[in-house]
Amino acid sequence: MDLSFTPEEQAFREEVRAFFAENLPKEMSDAVRAGGELTKDIMDRYHALLNDKGWLATTWPEEFGGPGWSPVQRHIFEEEACRAYAPRIVPFGLAMLGPVLQQFGSKAQQDYYLPRILSGEDWWCQGYSEPGAGSDLASLKTRAVRDGDDYVINGQKTWTTLGQHANKIFCLVRTDPDVKQQKGISFILVDLDTPGIEMRPIKLIEGGHEVNEVFFTDVRVPAENLVGEENQGWTIAKFLLTHERTNIAGVGFSMQSLEEVKALARKVMRNGRPLIEDPLFAARVAQVEIDLEAMKLTNLRMLYKAQKQGAPGPETSILKIKGTVIGQELKDLARRALGPSAAPFPGLLSANLDPAPEDAAHNAARYFNNRKTSIFGGSNEIQRNILTKTMLEL
Amino acid sequence: MDFDLTEDRQMLSDSLTRYLREKYPFEARNKAAYEAPYHSQSHWEALSELGALYALAPEEAGGFGGTGFDISVVFEALGGALCPEPVLGALMASRLLSAAGADQEALLSGVQKYAVATGEIDAWYGLDAIGTQAKASGDGYALSGRKSVVYGGQVADQLLVAAKLDGKVALFQVAADAASVTGYGMMDGGGAAEVVLEDTPGTLLLADAAEALADAANAGIVALCAEAVGAMDVLQAMTVEYLRTRKQFGVAIGKFQVLQHRAVDMLTEIEQARSITIKAAAELGGPEAARYASMAKNLIGRAGRLVAEEAIQMHGGIAMTWEYPGSHYAKRLVMIDAQLGDTDYHLSRVMAA
Repeated sequence: MDLSFTPEEQAFREEVRAFFAENLPKEMSDAVRAGGELTKDIMDRYHALLNDKGWLATTWPEEFGGPGWSPVQRHIFEEEACRAYAPRIVPFGLAMLGPVLQQFGSKAQQDYYLPRILSGEDWWCQGYSEPGAGSDLASLKTRAVRDGDDYVINGQKTWTTLGQHANKIFCLVRTDPDVKQQKGISFILVDLDTPGIEMRPIKLIEGGHEVNEVFFTDVRVPAENLVGEENQGWTIAKFLLTHERTNIAGVGFSMQSLEEVKALARKVMRNGRPLIEDPLFAARVAQVEIDLEAMKLTNLRMLYKAQKQGAPGPETSILKIKGTVIGQELKDLARRALGPSAAPFPGLLSANLDPAPEDAAHNAARYFNNRKTSIFGGSNEIQRNILTKTMLEL
Repeated sequence: MDFDLTEDRQMLSDSLTRYLREKYPFEARNKAAYEAPYHSQSHWEALSELGALYALAPEEAGGFGGTGFDISVVFEALGGALCPEPVLGALMASRLLSAAGADQEALLSGVQKYAVATGEIDAWYGLDAIGTQAKASGDGYALSGRKSVVYGGQVADQLLVAAKLDGKVALFQVAADAASVTGYGMMDGGGAAEVVLEDTPGTLLLADAAEALADAANAGIVALCAEAVGAMDVLQAMTVEYLRTRKQFGVAIGKFQVLQHRAVDMLTEIEQARSITIKAAAELGGPEAARYASMAKNLIGRAGRLVAEEAIQMHGGIAMTWEYPGSHYAKRLVMIDAQLGDTDYHLSRVMAA
């Protein structure tokens, strides 16, 4: 038992910390701190900043242009990125499609698409969920029918995150409706400029535009855009979901939120005293701090196991469940701390008139937006089903 | 970073676990746990011979361990078997004797049993409000007051007593037969004693014992947390096995999603409990020891109660019976919260930091 990082890992942490201190523009960290939606421009420039450093594709091996980091190094990088209030790396090309192409793609697909992900030339989005296929993803109905050298796609995808910025979408489509659901699904790459595609925004609970729905009407896609074999899509989908679950604990983000809550509770007054001196509020903060402290260790234990075994195990579902609940509790405290000043709709008041302190004007919006975390990436109930099968073997 | 046990600790863990599994069946446990003197001399001696006590003290004190992870290995094994032997008293007394620079061979060999008497009816966890007083008397000291629920006190040869001396909390060693000691059994097995001191002679070990007592409490908390993790693992396994075998409505009840998800939530909390215990063990003896001990004891208190109550509920009536071993695990997990500070006490300590 030894909870300390190696001298090499410590040095790596210092290197990452120094990089952010020297290179992350203040307007980026300010925008993250403020808590509103980030502009495409900020996300693009952050992408380029990391790519120039060679630190963009954190999960990719060196042969594909990644830094070849260990799980522990990735963890350190993520912690430091959060500490510096860096934007999140948009995951769809880098964390999701990249590993899929490296595992299942043809040489030609790897050579063409991977550099374009790194350069930012392609912005990918995810075509998985459908109106009738959420947790029961395998029941998806979007149909792809082979016609000569093309597939013709008809159907609808939804919850397409940041699709408004994307030029490409990877989709799960039904290529065989006559077999067991999981056996008739394929994974295909689609250019969003193709005729017959329409993307419409979905306005979210807090008023933001983060997700979209995508309609496909007789969309012709070259058959060479298929990844892997026809009807192998479910295997790829499951592989991708495992990658989606890495860093799912969100420990770095929760540490960030905890610091924000504490700072806010020191600043705002309740009955003439700083809120942090209210024992009921302080007890809520202390309890979630304890849970987060345990979560840090649970996360490291699982990283350690992943590093030893070469892949994350099914226990990562524990990280998803507990990590999202902790994150949501913190967002709740950040909203609660403001009392009624959490209520004004963000952006309607000038900063000098807004009753909420600067950087806290979005706290109610963030609380509502954050409810998504226990739903997406396999809802927490689906994670419990996974753990029932894999860990409890019931 | 390394989350594996060292070879030595793995061997100690294996030998304790094997002994308890083979020589300490549940009927034997219950007999020792619920019949006076609420412990078993032969099992105590066997555990001592296996090194369970020497592992609790560092080399300079005559032991071969003494770190947080040595302590957690021993107590996790004891917790898995729900062993009520007074090892916690030995651990805490060993820390105190080390602080006082006193010889502890009799303690580590198991020849003499020690209990630590700090709590009082009006001052359970903090020491500031204790009422027991010491005064100089002849060559030594005389102690007066009452110590309550002294774990292991029913079989102790020596008591280490916290008492006020000139306004400070001091530590004294008192021979058990010099005090009025009334032993009794506990709801969750094992024993304790009420100790009444009336001008009882005591030897001064530490005139200012606050720091040493805090360290002993931190070590004791690591021990209790590890014990709880050991007990939770067993109760979780029993519950899952029951879900697999118990049939109602023609199917194993483990097929019902409502029970599956509750069982998963038990698992999740146990992993969190294990994590925070590892953290508290790693920090023991360091500057942040008290903070992480409090975090651990708070989380263990919550997780232990959840695991106990959920296990009983998912078993149904069978876990309400004395005969079913699971019910005794549930009792220990609930009652452990009251030892060395409960969830609320430790939450307020985390808040204050």
